Amino acid sequence: MTAAGVSVRKDALLDTGRHGGVRADPEAGAVWVVVCPYDRLEPERGAAALIGDRQIAIFRTHDGNLYAIDHYDPCCGAYVLARGIVGTRGDVPTVASPMHKQAYDLRTGVCLDRPGVSVRTYEIRCRDGLVEVRCPF
Amino acid sequence: MTKHLVVVGHGMVGHRLVETLRARDTAGAWRITVLAEENRPAYDRVRLSAWFDGEDLDLSPVEGVEVLLGEPAVGLDPEARTVTTPRRTLAYDALVLATGSYAFVPPVPGHDLTGCFVYRTIDDLEALTAYARGRRRGVVVGGGLLGLEAANALRRLDLDTGVVEIAPRLMPLQVDEAGGAMLRRHIENLGLTVHTGRVLARVVGRDGAVRRVVFSDGGVLDADVVVFAAGVRPRDELARAAGLTVGPRGGIVVDSAGRTSAPDVYAIGECAQIDGRVYGLVAPGYAMAEVVADRLLGGSAEFTGADTSTKLKLLGVDVASFGAIEGPLDVTVTDPSTGVYAKLVLSDDARTLLGGILVGDARAYGTLRACLGGPLPAPPLALLAPADGAAGPGDLPDTALVCSCNAVTKATIVTAIREQGCTDVAAVKACTRAGTTCGSCVPLLKQMLASCGVPASKALCEHFDYSRQELYDIMRVRGIRTFSQLVAEYGRGRGCDICKPVVASILASMTSGYILDGEQAALQDTNDHFLANLQRNGTYSVVPRIPGGEITPEKLIVIGEVARDFNLYTKITGGQRIDLLGARVEQLPAIWRRLVDAGFESGHAYGKAVRTVKSCVGTTWCRYGVQDSVGLAVALELRYRGLRAPHKIKAAVSGCARECAEARGKDVGVIATEAGWNLYVGGNGGFRPRHADLLAKDLSTDELVKLIDRFIMFYIRTADRLERTAAWIERMEGGLDHLRAVIIDDSLGLAAELEAAMAHHIASYVDEWRATLEDPERLRRFVSFVNAPDVPDPSIQFTVERDQPVPVLVGRPA
Repeated sequence: MTAAGVSVRKDALLDTGRHGGVRADPEAGAVWVVVCPYDRLEPERGAAALIGDRQIAIFRTHDGNLYAIDHYDPCCGAYVLARGIVGTRGDVPTVASPMHKQAYDLRTGVCLDRPGVSVRTYEIRCRDGLVEVRCPF
Repeated sequence: MTKHLVVVGHGMVGHRLVETLRARDTAGAWRITVLAEENRPAYDRVRLSAWFDGEDLDLSPVEGVEVLLGEPAVGLDPEARTVTTPRRTLAYDALVLATGSYAFVPPVPGHDLTGCFVYRTIDDLEALTAYARGRRRGVVVGGGLLGLEAANALRRLDLDTGVVEIAPRLMPLQVDEAGGAMLRRHIENLGLTVHTGRVLARVVGRDGAVRRVVFSDGGVLDADVVVFAAGVRPRDELARAAGLTVGPRGGIVVDSAGRTSAPDVYAIGECAQIDGRVYGLVAPGYAMAEVVADRLLGGSAEFTGADTSTKLKLLGVDVASFGAIEGPLDVTVTDPSTGVYAKLVLSDDARTLLGGILVGDARAYGTLRACLGGPLPAPPLALLAPADGAAGPGDLPDTALVCSCNAVTKATIVTAIREQGCTDVAAVKACTRAGTTCGSCVPLLKQMLASCGVPASKALCEHFDYSRQELYDIMRVRGIRTFSQLVAEYGRGRGCDICKPVVASILASMTSGYILDGEQAALQDTNDHFLANLQRNGTYSVVPRIPGGEITPEKLIVIGEVARDFNLYTKITGGQRIDLLGARVEQLPAIWRRLVDAGFESGHAYGKAVRTVKSCVGTTWCRYGVQDSVGLAVALELRYRGLRAPHKIKAAVSGCARECAEARGKDVGVIATEAGWNLYVGGNGGFRPRHADLLAKDLSTDELVKLIDRFIMFYIRTADRLERTAAWIERMEGGLDHLRAVIIDDSLGLAAELEAAMAHHIASYVDEWRATLEDPERLRRFVSFVNAPDVPDPSIQFTVERDQPVPVLVGRPA
């Protein structure tokens, strides 16, 4: 679907480099961007990263896994999701928006409390002790 | 061979069609293209007014559908089976017209002056908002559903608002004369003016802009803004130009399968006319969308009429209408004292419910609407009596439509609960879609869960089967000091936004240590995590403690300088201190460095904690004062500062019975007497205001402090999560008498323990902002971006209102 805002900006590549190192571009259309050392992330807490002009919320869960979703919370219109409480609902790892507490599935970005609402997810990995997010441009 | 479906229109009904078809077309028979006139994805027009609350109205995008935004259909050729936009021509195998309607603007002179608006799209609301800024008077033409929504919008834009309606009453289609009169009372009480039975003759302007409206009877109403909300008309021009059959009063004529007069062309929603009728509500539109989706997949569904029930909160007033509003027999209740009007329309044997109207209290709506066309589950007066709320769902037949927006029956919901394991409203919503559109059936869903035997549990959340008080006792007795240990031994999973802050609060009350070290940091809600209050745009507010509301000129100057230097909005709070709003997280340490250096400390406005002890000036200055209220307030505020509790605790001290400090509106209120102090407990303002009750009279200062120590500590140990002292006392077995026995007579033998716990807190208190500033490790979390610590969040933007910065939400990311 031609969504309202998915625009392709070539100059985003340059921006991407500003706030973190860029790994060699493995596939056209996205790059792995180094965000911070793994140890910098508090367990069961999020942190926001600025990659180009994209704000991404990254999370380290209790089991050591990493997740990345939009920092933007569509339920309230503010960029706050990284500041929510991380937990679980059943087996689903979740973050609850700090604004009005809607929970999002960290794996899929689906909002569990408001049908039809979801946020984007991003690939994330840890390499050489560094957290990297794969960010489309 | 994949076929091509083109949907013209990207509103709620078109979106529902696409969503349903995509979900059911598992074989991938259809490729779908949607032509959207507006330059934004489909949104929830029913909740248009929530746009003013900054809510995101977007409907979830459907995967695998091509949506061409800002590309309306301008031509249709049913012979060639093509549809044309300004940019291209598309061939179709099937076409669905879901073009909706446009706002009807009466063709009176002046209707197109600057300052005249309609209320239909987000663009309309944006234009209206921009124009209304700084203007004074607004007039809404139309007193129906949409008109009252628009009136609320004008009121929220700070305009003096009048509503004009041709009919002799408001909402003439939904309510009868008595209901309209009750509605009018509610609306006039809000300060709006209502002009029923008046016909608009013309709009008069000066220099091209609206100045006043004139009625056909010669009456005049001054207006800077006019909103036309006098009904809608089907958007059938595309179909009309292509030679499709349209109704005499507009609307593309379709049969019960949604088919127009052209082959493979369908029409659904407000642009369609079916059996001579055009439906202006979303539920019938959804029903048509489901029918057409079924037909496209080879089914034989038919539209058999739809529920036109309505329940809305208009200007804060509940209004509901369902079925017939007049009939052979009726039962009515009119209560001017509460502003409630209710009417049930019954068949001539008084057995069958044919319809009804509820104004002022619509709690019975869910049950009543589901009974429509069937027998009443209880005597009419019992159903309507507001004290009882709604009748239970137990007597409803299985086929009763509980959610009319999404056509979900009682049977479907019961199956979801009994067989699909739904144990709460959220699960029922996700499973059945009931309650996800207008939400009016949610109370009924709760009752159905209860009647299916899903227990109303005391469990805090899915992670713990214990109440807050039980967890407090477990942690105290077992000496558990980490969440991980607690959840491993007494719970399951990894917690959530409910249980984690509860455990954090218990730990804080118990240990009085720094609340953000180690694992404890991950338990805190964002306010406690950043030691500041989150605001709607993602910034935080800063509130330094000003004990008793007493402050030196030097300290006032520091607050002013900090606010000026960091571009913060300042406001005096109700607790006699100063709120500085609009700080980004990375600014908080620098702001607090300045405040701490000037002798300020945290005000704990961000915590479920002791907030302020408000005071009047007392004997120091006041001619009437009988005790030193400021001195006592300062001492109490310093004694209890930093104490975490199940909810916020507010206190006040008044220096005489005139009660200028409003102490009886507080959790702890102290009022001076000639002989000492009277202690009141359990008051609060807020959602449900309650005056505090007298606990003890004519106390010395030492006696008073001892009782407050016991009272607060007993509350902290035994109250539920987010339970203010008022609710806690009301819930207590034995109520105030029991509380008095525990606190004053020490009936449980707890007094010494409670006092010792408070003494421990007082002795171990440290200012958490000072403690944060002194530790580089603790300061590290105060950045907007982990990979760009010096970059401010670009989404945080301000405009200026009354000479101060105020937030602007920038909206969805690209």
